[in-house]
Amino acid sequence: MCLAIPGELVETRERHGMRFGDVQFGGITREVCLEYQPNAVIGDFVLVHVGFAISTIDRAEAARTWQLLRELGEEVP
Amino acid sequence: MRGLLRASQAGGIVTSCPIPIDQTDRILLGHGAGGKLTAQLIEQLIVPAFANPMLSRLDDQAIVPVGAEQLAFTTDSYVVSPIFFPGGDIGELAVNGTINDLAVGGATPIALSLAFILEEGLPIADLRRVIESARRAAARAGVPIVTGDTKVVERGHGDQLFINTSGIGVVPAGVRLGSAHVRPGDAIVLSGPIGDHGVAIMAHRAGLELDGALASDTAALHTLCAAIVRSGADVHAMRDPTRGGVAATLVEIATRQQVGIEADEAAILVREPVRGACELLGLDPLLVANEGKLIAFVAAPDADRLLDAMHEHPLGRHAHRIGVVTDRHPSVVELATPIRGRRILDLPFAEPLPRIC
Amino acid sequence: MKFLDEYRDADTCSQLAREIRRETKRPHVIMEVCGGQTHSILRYGLDRLLPEEVELVHGPGCPVCVTALAMIDRAHAIAKLPGVIFTSFGDMLRVPGSETDLLGLRARGADVRVVYSPLDALALARANPERRVVFFGIGFETTAPANAMALIAARREQLSNFSMLASHVLVPPAIEGILSSSDNRVQAFLGPGHVCAITGLAEYEDLVARYRVPIAITGFEPVDLLRGVLAAVRQLESGTATVENVYARNVGYDGNKAARDALSEVFEVVDRDWRGLGSIPRSGYRITERYRVHDADHVFDVAGITTREPESCISGLILRGVKKPCDCSEFGSACTPLRPLGATMVSSEGACAAYYAHRRPVAS
Repeated sequence: MCLAIPGELVETRERHGMRFGDVQFGGITREVCLEYQPNAVIGDFVLVHVGFAISTIDRAEAARTWQLLRELGEEVP
Repeated sequence: MRGLLRASQAGGIVTSCPIPIDQTDRILLGHGAGGKLTAQLIEQLIVPAFANPMLSRLDDQAIVPVGAEQLAFTTDSYVVSPIFFPGGDIGELAVNGTINDLAVGGATPIALSLAFILEEGLPIADLRRVIESARRAAARAGVPIVTGDTKVVERGHGDQLFINTSGIGVVPAGVRLGSAHVRPGDAIVLSGPIGDHGVAIMAHRAGLELDGALASDTAALHTLCAAIVRSGADVHAMRDPTRGGVAATLVEIATRQQVGIEADEAAILVREPVRGACELLGLDPLLVANEGKLIAFVAAPDADRLLDAMHEHPLGRHAHRIGVVTDRHPSVVELATPIRGRRILDLPFAEPLPRIC
Repeated sequence: MKFLDEYRDADTCSQLAREIRRETKRPHVIMEVCGGQTHSILRYGLDRLLPEEVELVHGPGCPVCVTALAMIDRAHAIAKLPGVIFTSFGDMLRVPGSETDLLGLRARGADVRVVYSPLDALALARANPERRVVFFGIGFETTAPANAMALIAARREQLSNFSMLASHVLVPPAIEGILSSSDNRVQAFLGPGHVCAITGLAEYEDLVARYRVPIAITGFEPVDLLRGVLAAVRQLESGTATVENVYARNVGYDGNKAARDALSEVFEVVDRDWRGLGSIPRSGYRITERYRVHDADHVFDVAGITTREPESCISGLILRGVKKPCDCSEFGSACTPLRPLGATMVSSEGACAAYYAHRRPVAS
């Protein structure tokens, strides 16, 4: 459930009184409503579900995860 | 989830939960999607009614011996909606598609027929556009349209425009291609990246902003097929993976020829914008129609020779190996998933729809 | 694709699978809540990477599967009305009601259209002022905010021809329904990452406090799911029970406040009927009074529908993880993805449909 895909915010605009943005998903671009990510800025990666950004990727957390995974890779024979 | 299939006495794999004939008394849209329903309709209703060896071969074309010649004969109907889509239209599709059905049988296409079923109210400007596309496609391929028909149905009884094309070709002496020749050990080669046509149509319907990133790959493959035959590689069969996608072709070959197929999902090329659209819409590129691609089954020692020949041709530049035919698990197509897991590839019942779940 | 492809890395998955095997000392039953997680597990073959002792059970997190038959019949009745443009996500198009499905209705002349976003339905309403545009608002807490925004915009723009048939369901009450049932076998959960991106984690902490089961909130990609399984197994092996956020790049403790504000503006919590599970208290949303003019339940009077639920369906037992699809006498015969008898065969994420599509050979 809840198919949501991360993409890069490359452009923003106002339409119908709401904030929208262009989000790039590996080669295609789609207009996405940014009303639920008011602090997202160009260059951020947002998680998009049914045409709405519902979360902004926390890069520090992602890096932390990969640090853990690297450590796992080192210890497991 | 484990234990659903059990080993049969003979060492193959059978399903313990049998897939039955579906009880339905009406034609559903799914019967035309190229999936399980279509297969059932053909195998249970149509083939038995007309049973003859030429039909039962059930390849993309029939081979009809005429004197010393082997004629290839095929027919196809085009009902795509919308009739104009990114990368082409129904006219071009109809000409290329029928040429391809002949070409993958090794035949040199000689002539096409073109029959229209027009809906009352269709703008003549649209019809003119479609005819011009068909004309251009036929001229580009060097295959004349020699006969045809036109019918009109009442408004509401035909989705703007339907086309049927039939084609005849000649199979050169010494060329023997057909699914029946596929055997364990054969390498499976795909002529290029997949998903372009079906995803372009679905993305267009979903209103995705594209800037030309997604377009149908419709193309006539007969010169690529001729190059393949000329290469001298021991190719056993060729198919074009149209509706139902690569999955439909692989599953059909496996089930009808009682062979196993092992394919590597990570090896199958998909263009980045097609992949992006599939991720967004929740589609599997393997299930999506292609209109300018072919799959070849070639004797393993000749795979490299085949790839070299294909790479020389503009429509084969991205030809790549995707799998192998095996004598293990006959009738079953097993995919290695991108994380080196495994799953069985099967036909869906009907055509894939975009999902949010 | 960045932040996607790396979570599908084969070597990382192998390492995680090895670690799970190392940590697993006894049998465990873990339920992944979301249909999307089920889909991913099967589509990547993740379950085959896990040790025998770890049993993954499919949860009820498929809003398509659990939409009550009566609601579907109501949707169909509205779609049949003249002048209506009935819009829906693709997922609902083949879900059969008591008679047929939305595609079948389209074949008989209803104007049924697939939309990717509720804002597409809104755009149709703007473009067709003389038609009544209805949007079938299904989904969990992930989708509800998007649907809420469509209603907020409709009200602001006074698009009187736009209405929504709201059929949202909430995850925590469903988990509670499973945990509180006497035949529950589930010992830990892989929690719904995208739902939690909206709701935050508080409700799941509440469940853990009351039922003492580990809940690993995770995402949908293979690495995320395996990290979730590893976290759940570690907790089960050590006897701990906490909410562990394994999807921190997308989920914060407080979730998405702007989205939750929109939800409380537009919806109120009510009891809901779940197909296969029955009525679950306070498990659904209804459109509030303020937005009633855009509430399709209020706008359209579609009475006199008889709803017939097939008796042989055991999807309730399957949704709770008590039985497997193959335990059902109708599985694969009277009940197929083409002719589903109940909730779990209805969508491709449903346990029965997923099982049907991705059946596996035993080790040969």
